[in-house]
Amino acid sequence: MFDGLQGKLQGVFKRLKGEGKVSKEVLDAALREIRLALLEADVNFRVVKSFVQRIRERALGEKVLASLTPAQQVIKIVKDELVDLLGDEGQEIQIAGSPSVTMLCGLQGSGKTTTAGKLALRLKEQGRHPVLVAADLQRAAAVEQLVQVAAQVAVPVITPKTREGVLDVAKRSLKEAKERGHDVMILDSAGRLHVDDTLMEELQKVSDIVRPTETLFVADAMTGQDAVKSAQQFAESMSLTGVILTKTDGDTRGGAALSIRTVAQVPIRYLGTGEKLQDIDLFHPERLASRILGMGDVLSLIEKAEQGLDAAETERLARRMVSQEFTLLDLRDQLRQLRKLGPLSSLLELMPKVGPFKQLDPSKVDDGELKRVEAIINSMTPLEREKPAVLNAKRKKRIARGSGNRVQDVNKVLKQYMAMRKMMKGKQGKLFRKAMKGGLPGGMPGGDDLFGGGGLPGGFPGGQLPKF
Amino acid sequence: MNKDESQISTTGPGGELRLADEREFPFEQKKGFWKKLKRGLFMTHTEMLERLDAAVEGRAVLDDETLEYLEESLIATDLGVETSLELIEKLKEQIKPGETRDLFRIQQILADEVSVLLLDAPRPPERPATNAPLVTLVVGVNGVGKTTSIAKLGRYYQQRGEKVLFAAGDTFRAAAIEQIALWGERLGINVVRQNAGGDPAAVVFDALKAGKARNVGHVIVDTAGRLHNKEHLMKELEKIKRVIAREAEGWPVRTLLVLDATTGHNAVSQAKEFQRAVDLDGLFLTKLDGTAKGGMAVAVARELRTPILFLGVGETPEDIIEFRPREFATALFE
Repeated sequence: MFDGLQGKLQGVFKRLKGEGKVSKEVLDAALREIRLALLEADVNFRVVKSFVQRIRERALGEKVLASLTPAQQVIKIVKDELVDLLGDEGQEIQIAGSPSVTMLCGLQGSGKTTTAGKLALRLKEQGRHPVLVAADLQRAAAVEQLVQVAAQVAVPVITPKTREGVLDVAKRSLKEAKERGHDVMILDSAGRLHVDDTLMEELQKVSDIVRPTETLFVADAMTGQDAVKSAQQFAESMSLTGVILTKTDGDTRGGAALSIRTVAQVPIRYLGTGEKLQDIDLFHPERLASRILGMGDVLSLIEKAEQGLDAAETERLARRMVSQEFTLLDLRDQLRQLRKLGPLSSLLELMPKVGPFKQLDPSKVDDGELKRVEAIINSMTPLEREKPAVLNAKRKKRIARGSGNRVQDVNKVLKQYMAMRKMMKGKQGKLFRKAMKGGLPGGMPGGDDLFGGGGLPGGFPGGQLPKF
Repeated sequence: MNKDESQISTTGPGGELRLADEREFPFEQKKGFWKKLKRGLFMTHTEMLERLDAAVEGRAVLDDETLEYLEESLIATDLGVETSLELIEKLKEQIKPGETRDLFRIQQILADEVSVLLLDAPRPPERPATNAPLVTLVVGVNGVGKTTSIAKLGRYYQQRGEKVLFAAGDTFRAAAIEQIALWGERLGINVVRQNAGGDPAAVVFDALKAGKARNVGHVIVDTAGRLHNKEHLMKELEKIKRVIAREAEGWPVRTLLVLDATTGHNAVSQAKEFQRAVDLDGLFLTKLDGTAKGGMAVAVARELRTPILFLGVGETPEDIIEFRPREFATALFE
């Protein structure tokens, strides 16, 4: 998300910085560009208008033009205002009553059913006992879809019986959920096109029956100008408590994220970040604003590492890495750790667009490469892993065949491995060792060291990450 | 509809992918066409009018401020910034500064310009006169309505006397196979399927074989929704296309991108990436029965020169209409 917008805004800021002195004319030119960049990102046109106006007023009012660093100050104002547009920190689902009901609604194809599964998994991991309710009797095989999703996250699901209407299911599910001792019930409703009054009425009736603590609107992040309004219309008739933005792992410029709170007056709570059922994150406006401005989101990266990695194992590997005994086996373990964090592309999205990360294009990263490297190392004998020097042409050929690769691929892995070892002896290794002594979790160098290409969690050298 | 099959497969309006002329539409269908299009575009149309009206209200002449209002109303219909700016330029060219504002004239100029943009997209090639089945590969991002659109296409060609076969190529999403199987059952169309999680290319392979053996006229292939910026998923699609090219050698093949009318500028990015991976022949614009205008389709047609072929205007399999540029543009502004 935010790809194109990021580039455009950075271009504007760069030119602004180049000016030295920022006159009123220069400011206005920059604002015109910002306006177009936001419109092209599908930010609602009314939101854009007031956004640009506020920046202009603040820039002129706070006398930033006369200050020593006018460009920086303007950028700061833009960031403040972006955070303001994005709204408050996302809150987890509120639990009240037994069962506490969360109702999902939204336009067709926005991703309600998948999101229901993601929320159920998240709640389960937080120690709750969720139950899913299939109340979409409209779309072909929608019930079956939720049943399958429920099975994937191992959460029970209540489905409509023959000839049961939506309202019957709602009533029965409430009773059954209570009897079975579930504390949270997530109800997946049929997709709507808000012009359809009968369906909206039905949704209201369901809501009257289950009395939800949370009514969340699921919205596609690629949504255009018009569809943002649908959130507003849902908010008017359904008293929404929040929005979940889905498909944020696409290359959308994220206009919906920047408009929905202002237009619908409802906070964004979560972001759907991928196809897998664990791919859902709380919404963090401050971090997103940083990302829009190309400053990266290192906090989320660290959190991901904390959740996904085994701290002891990570530290062990990091120590191995600085020591001179880092073997291919360690490399394999490290890749396994890295893969636990989810797709590489999603990690790269969080990287600041500076230093070695500037050139990395998250969409060009192929997670299959990691698996291939693992397969190659797995096809080696213990001796070969310990002492790669013994690898002659014959052995390499065997490994290539055994792992379903070509000899070139085996050579590539070896080259990368040697490069890593060499790097660890050099300047970056020094930084890394320093970080390790500082006791940073998982050998993750903080602050500027990271930008300098220190290491990823597990000690992966940044600049070389996707080249495997 | 009692046309015989051979006639339909060579002149059926969607089959050869050219814009149909009036004579080919029986009366009731024509009426239905307008009803559906009007219903689909009703909101578009009134809102657009209101916006245009508000833009020029109380202003004697088309000054810069009025033009900016106009620009915003165009952008608000998801026509896209570039297309909107271009339309404003055209307005400036055609309406002299200081000239008295005239809402009707503005509408007319806009409708003309949009239909020029739409007509500029090349017409797809004629469907060759061959007995081989037509293969339609349906692609798109998640949640745009691919499977429902396939049901509509199936119904559409079935009504024109073609024997249709579906290939359940979405083996990834939960219950996607069940969804298309259910449609097949309702429409009386056979569905070639394998188990969930299988290789979609293998499903397509089977479907083409079955299509040949059962002598069908049209194989419509469903695919899993995929975000166009995921390179490995796009590669999977390229593979499916390769399998089709190999197994259906000499058959007419076309690739349709399904676009959700509620999508914003991202539609252009979607179309570009799918175009790059699998070479699109046309667009199927869905969810026009909401308030969405599908303005981005104009931007897509303009930038990629890929023609819009069908519109999805409702939830039943009958809610499909062929796209006609001039009528679409006219309905958009008048």
